[in-house]
Amino acid sequence: MLAFALRRIVISVPILLVASFIVFALATYSADPLGPLLAKNPPPPPSVIAAETARLHLDQALVPRYLSWLGGLFRGDFGPSVVSTQVIGDQLAGRFWITIRLVVLAMVIALLLSVVVGVITAVKQYSKSDYAATFLGFLFLAMPSFWLAILLKQGGIEFNGAVGTQAIYTIGSSSVPAPKGFWANLVDIAGHLVLPTIALALISYAAWSRFVRASMLETLNSDYVRLARAKGLPRRTVMVKHALRTALIPLTTVTALDIASIIGGAVVTERVFQWKGLGDLLLTSIQTSDVYALTSWLLVAAVVVIVFNLIADLLYGVLDPRIRYA
Amino acid sequence: MSPAPSPTTDTVLEVSGLNVSFPSSDGAVRAVRGVDYALRRGEILGIVGESGSGKSVTSMAVMGLLPNTAQITGSITFDGQDLLTLSEQQLNGIRGDRIAMIFQDPMTSLNPVYTVGAQIAEAVRAHRDVTKAQALERAVELLRTVRIPNPEQRVSSYPHELSGGMRQRVVIAIAMANDPDVIIADEPTTALDVTVQAQILDALKAAQQETGAAMVLITHDLGVIAGQADRVMVMYAGKLVEVGSVEDIFYTPRMPYTLGLLGSLPRLDQQSERLTPIPGSPPSVVNMPPGCPFSPRCPLSTPECDDTEPVLESVGTDHRAACHHSSEVSGARPDEVFDTATVDADALGEFVQAAEGQA
Amino acid sequence: MPEPRTSTTLTDQAQLAQTPGAAPVDREFTVAERSQTQLVFRRFLQHRAAMISLVVLVLLVLLAYVGGALWKYDVGEITPDNSVPPSLDHPFGTDAVGKDQLAQVLGGTRISLQVSVVVTLFATAIGTLWGSIAGFFGGRIDTVMMRIADLVLTLPLVAVAAMLGHNFGGTWYLIAFVIAGLYWAYVSRVARGVVLSLREKEYIEAARALGATNTRIILRHLVPNALGSILVNLTILVALAILLETALSYLGFGVQNPDTSLGLLVSEAQTALTTRPWLFYFPGLFIIIIALTINFIGDGLRDAFDPQQTKVRQ
Repeated sequence: MLAFALRRIVISVPILLVASFIVFALATYSADPLGPLLAKNPPPPPSVIAAETARLHLDQALVPRYLSWLGGLFRGDFGPSVVSTQVIGDQLAGRFWITIRLVVLAMVIALLLSVVVGVITAVKQYSKSDYAATFLGFLFLAMPSFWLAILLKQGGIEFNGAVGTQAIYTIGSSSVPAPKGFWANLVDIAGHLVLPTIALALISYAAWSRFVRASMLETLNSDYVRLARAKGLPRRTVMVKHALRTALIPLTTVTALDIASIIGGAVVTERVFQWKGLGDLLLTSIQTSDVYALTSWLLVAAVVVIVFNLIADLLYGVLDPRIRYA
Repeated sequence: MSPAPSPTTDTVLEVSGLNVSFPSSDGAVRAVRGVDYALRRGEILGIVGESGSGKSVTSMAVMGLLPNTAQITGSITFDGQDLLTLSEQQLNGIRGDRIAMIFQDPMTSLNPVYTVGAQIAEAVRAHRDVTKAQALERAVELLRTVRIPNPEQRVSSYPHELSGGMRQRVVIAIAMANDPDVIIADEPTTALDVTVQAQILDALKAAQQETGAAMVLITHDLGVIAGQADRVMVMYAGKLVEVGSVEDIFYTPRMPYTLGLLGSLPRLDQQSERLTPIPGSPPSVVNMPPGCPFSPRCPLSTPECDDTEPVLESVGTDHRAACHHSSEVSGARPDEVFDTATVDADALGEFVQAAEGQA
Repeated sequence: MPEPRTSTTLTDQAQLAQTPGAAPVDREFTVAERSQTQLVFRRFLQHRAAMISLVVLVLLVLLAYVGGALWKYDVGEITPDNSVPPSLDHPFGTDAVGKDQLAQVLGGTRISLQVSVVVTLFATAIGTLWGSIAGFFGGRIDTVMMRIADLVLTLPLVAVAAMLGHNFGGTWYLIAFVIAGLYWAYVSRVARGVVLSLREKEYIEAARALGATNTRIILRHLVPNALGSILVNLTILVALAILLETALSYLGFGVQNPDTSLGLLVSEAQTALTTRPWLFYFPGLFIIIIALTINFIGDGLRDAFDPQQTKVRQ
């Protein structure tokens, strides 16, 4: 299994290299990092422009520029930002944990919700609760993530207005300044997580619960569940041990495939709740044509996606004895 | 373990007036239409019929494994209680303990994520208060009974590591785990290679002798029945059309359908020039018209057959048949009633001509 | 052996069964085969949610195009009434500068629909071709082609689309091409899976054994059998494209003024949620209705094309 993991990591390196080069080239050719500087009025002196050009390696051709950025990565240097005072690596690291806790928490909640809803709708197929859950699932699938997030935020604001105090946080990922003490800080962070997590989880769970339902229906109709019933096992044992256990295996793959889109959803959700996370960094980088920050951001996102997929594959191997990684 | 046979009869399972239908968009599918039979202690009862004749549905009804949409009437008496009136929980006390079942496809009957030992042990522990270790020991013992080599190692194999024949032995081991009174085997050899079929039938026989259970052997293969069963029931379109001992069915069938089945069977013990297939295919069991369902395919069909459906009537000792013309069938050979399989000479001639033209 | 009969309608079947006096062959009422197309069509018609959705969607499209052309205000036209709540004159109200919101929403619906149709057509065409070629040839070609698709799938779509949208975007068709340039990878995966599974099917092998040409196999066997999956994915893609377009426009990297889209309208309205809520709710509602109806239609198609679930266990 270790060999399998290592091989997978080795295979993903060229993917990352090619992806980063394409993104780097696209970003370089489509935007001018000097744009904001040149647009200034009065125009800055040529010496300033020349200095900035050199600082951002804009005097180099595309390939050497990419290679020097790549070389810098090994030293932990993500390249110069258009904001000269900013270090891209520090920005990424600081915001990474803000965003990842939203993404992971939303995923866990969405997974739990999808399993519960999926199992209930499969077991009670064509019942009223099945139809209601199905309709609700379709509704969330059809809802733009930002629209739902804005609604939740508005709900939070109105709730706070009604109770006359800041009961639910609607802005930011934590209070500024942060409260003193570990526990106070934790509670503060958790409080800020509530609404964005709900928004992101609701958008994600719907597709998964449909998948769990279909998968569960398949195992419920399988011959081995019939045999388990023929053994005289109690209904609960048949459901959990035979139907659900087997039905959940493919969910790992489906979840891993959706990681990229959940990170995308987090970008939108962060925007609504004005978090200073990775999403904000991405959008700012795009607006300021910060080529190095943008490429680094996408590289980090790609690494996260690949790592999650690797974990999912390994988990699959543990859950399904038919898969053996030689 | 088994209760003492009741004083009046040694019948272990009695099915009477069983009707099963499924709703469908085209109308009710009447899969089983009034089936009665009694299974005697320790006997092997064969049920023969084409696919869709209701033979599997009949036994699924006994196990209480039909989907909730199935509408079931009649009664299934086992050990003095009507299984159809029991709750799911009460049924669970009987299923796997007193009545066990073996399914057709061993490739899909076992859960892929558990070892075969765990799946056998689970069956034991569902009805016996034993530890996991004891249950696994029993699993090894059972695997040995069904003649799986190296049972100590095989007990921790996953299903995908075993061949189809081995998996079916595991399923048989599960069925005999609690020494049941009745084993229902639903086409146990159909999905297997011909070479393995005989071994599985041996394993089944071993299981039946070991447990002393009565067995219902469902198959479409008369060859399987001939070697195994004591009595035979022939089903057609959801009904019993002939019931009798193996000798009755094979040597003096009284229903044209049974005769047709025999005629379609290649046999080494009888001199016959050609096989006699039954023309046509079984009827749909939706919107059935009155009359004998076999009539459209029956060479002996008369207007009476299209008007009234014959009932099962006694035609000998423990031999019953449902046919208006059962006396005519008596003593007939298949090729006297059905057309033998012949090649269309004209078509063959055209084919030869075309082939020559191309050459 | 009698010829297998193909009964054209359901009534044929019923009449047949109720006529015991019919000819001997007819009495042998085997289950009549209906053609695949008829079965699919019939099952789709029976899917109530899908049928209702289809009607609603058609009405919505008519409203957007015909209704939009007939409506007294044009997109971007400034009326003297600013910040009017919904009324008879302005059913969806007006915004702060007096633009009639019904005209805006209908205009936005048109753009959003156009974006999704263009995305779906291009992504399906490229992705199906890409995936089928990879699946059909297999081996090294398959590996290289699917690695390229994986590469696209590894990146968060919204992020890449936002980057490209910022740099190339603004007008609706450019945004559509940007989204299509990313979604094809999803389609190619599905198409490859379908081709791979079909390639192994016995009836394809049988056709090959009977000497059918590649063209015949593709046209007679592969395409009709892949049609279900492709159609279902087509509908999913339409819904996804609408949602991505609106998200991009919300982030400010999608459709820009003077074009308008449903996402842009919601984005412009979010600050006015407390004062002029109608600006927020109507475009959002339209997005939901479009995506919801399309998803239900897709669900109906999936059910219609999948005969498995109507199988009665015997």
